[in-house]
Amino acid sequence: MSDTMVTSNRSRRKKQLRNLGYWVVVALIILPFLFPLIWMLLSSLKVQADITRVPPVWSFTPTTQHYRAVFAEHDFAHYIFNSGVIALGSTAFSLLLGLPAAYSIARFQQTKFSLGILVARIAPGITFLIPWFMLFSRLRMVDTYTSMILAHMLVGLPFIVWVMTPFFEGIPVELEQAAMIDGASQAGAFFRVLLPLTGPGVITSSILAFVFSWNNFMFGVVLTGARTKTLPVAVFNFMAYSEINWGGLMAAAVIITAPVIVIALIAQKYIIQGLTAGAVKE
Amino acid sequence: MLSRWFDKRIRYLFVMPALIFVIVMMAFPILYTFRLSFTKWSMSATRPPVWIALGNYVSLLFNDPRFWGAVGRTFAFTLVAVAVETVLGVIIALVLNRETRGQNFIKTLFLLPMIATPVAVGMVWLLMFEPSIGVINYLLGALGLPQGLWLASPSQALASLIMVDVWQWTPMITLIVLAGLASLPREPFEAAIVDGASRLQTVFHITLPLIKPTVVAAVILRTIDAFKTYDIIYTMTQGGPGFATETLNIYSFVLGFQYFQMGKASALLMVFFALVLGLAIILNWLKKPLAV
Repeated sequence: MSDTMVTSNRSRRKKQLRNLGYWVVVALIILPFLFPLIWMLLSSLKVQADITRVPPVWSFTPTTQHYRAVFAEHDFAHYIFNSGVIALGSTAFSLLLGLPAAYSIARFQQTKFSLGILVARIAPGITFLIPWFMLFSRLRMVDTYTSMILAHMLVGLPFIVWVMTPFFEGIPVELEQAAMIDGASQAGAFFRVLLPLTGPGVITSSILAFVFSWNNFMFGVVLTGARTKTLPVAVFNFMAYSEINWGGLMAAAVIITAPVIVIALIAQKYIIQGLTAGAVKE
Repeated sequence: MLSRWFDKRIRYLFVMPALIFVIVMMAFPILYTFRLSFTKWSMSATRPPVWIALGNYVSLLFNDPRFWGAVGRTFAFTLVAVAVETVLGVIIALVLNRETRGQNFIKTLFLLPMIATPVAVGMVWLLMFEPSIGVINYLLGALGLPQGLWLASPSQALASLIMVDVWQWTPMITLIVLAGLASLPREPFEAAIVDGASRLQTVFHITLPLIKPTVVAAVILRTIDAFKTYDIIYTMTQGGPGFATETLNIYSFVLGFQYFQMGKASALLMVFFALVLGLAIILNWLKKPLAV
């Protein structure tokens, strides 16, 4: 009796130790991947003299001066608004066009269409930038939300179709046939039966379409101006001054990254599913 | 009535808007770029493009060392970054793979580098790489290791950018492999334990062969994206110092939007587009034999 208790105690101890070892290894692996983001946050809260001090300061009284300066001197509220409008707009319109297309490709096996849309996912964005710039200049649409939303849709739409087509393929035809026997039209069955069933896929693809647009830098550099400048472009322009204002730069970097990180913390399951789509079969 | 009319044509009506969008926003622009690639034009409104046939392609391929430099760097960047990411990513996934309660939390933390805004990521690495005040050189010095010039040195800049790419994208390989590992059958592993195989033997003879298709698919996705890397390069070095980090993407951008050599930029874009497409086709074609 007491013998078995001793062994079970010992094996439990051993297990705990091994668990501890596992978590130490995990921490050692993860630290380098988190460090730059932690450093960004720490630097944004230091006074300028502390940011450039060697050896680096690890404990200090945080200051919000850089955040206040970024909003007071650089109209960051405006850039946040621009990025938000463009990301929401491009995601919404991408869903509007992409969901029916994905359904149709899945149901009627329109592989040629899907190939065309796949090319849009593979092609480097810069390939379209010169013609877009010509076209939008001629139409006087440079520096408008419309041109930016259209540009970002070329990222969002193919991605949504790419993620959603397998989702629709996974739903048995019988389900929509049952709905149609009950008197629904095929379009009705799509909206009332299929869309709710593919909810997780819709969440995955729209979160990522939003994030891709929010993070996008290349299109904004060329297609925005004073009116519609997005956050990444604004942050980049920040650097163009001769003396780099590291505090302001880090504060701006935190402001632009924070929403994405919050989204990642809330919806990690969906995001992982979307980012690994195409490599892992569900 | 209307709904029946709609249902009859649903296969066209549902896909048409997306298709028209892709044609207008992608196909036309590519055709336009293609045509522009045979002209000389500085974007002036008064002087229209002048037809020079293959002139731009000839000048790129035969008279432009910058072009070949960019080609080499693009391939080097892609090859090294993806190789390192794959090896690191698979090893990390094998170490992390365990059914514990904290697994989801670990995955969330791993997600952060690849989802954080690249421009912001570039900025903080710029600060960390800074040779005199950066934390990386400080840490290396504290450990008694040699310090680097990083982005300031033409010979180290590309490797430094590869480091950032590895930081950003190793987690993607890890997450994909973790998902693959979670879906593996248990029987082969149980059999291996019965047969008295060591852990390392199990990894090499059972785990790795089983997840190979997943890894191949991940590598293909990663290769195509790495080939097109733009954000971190442009924000951190803009191709410099000199041309030390100028990839095809950056060179196209510079030709088009800084030098306004629209014809030559268009020719370069067509070459770049063809390379990416060719790469995707070759990789997809290799996928089956490699994954087995």
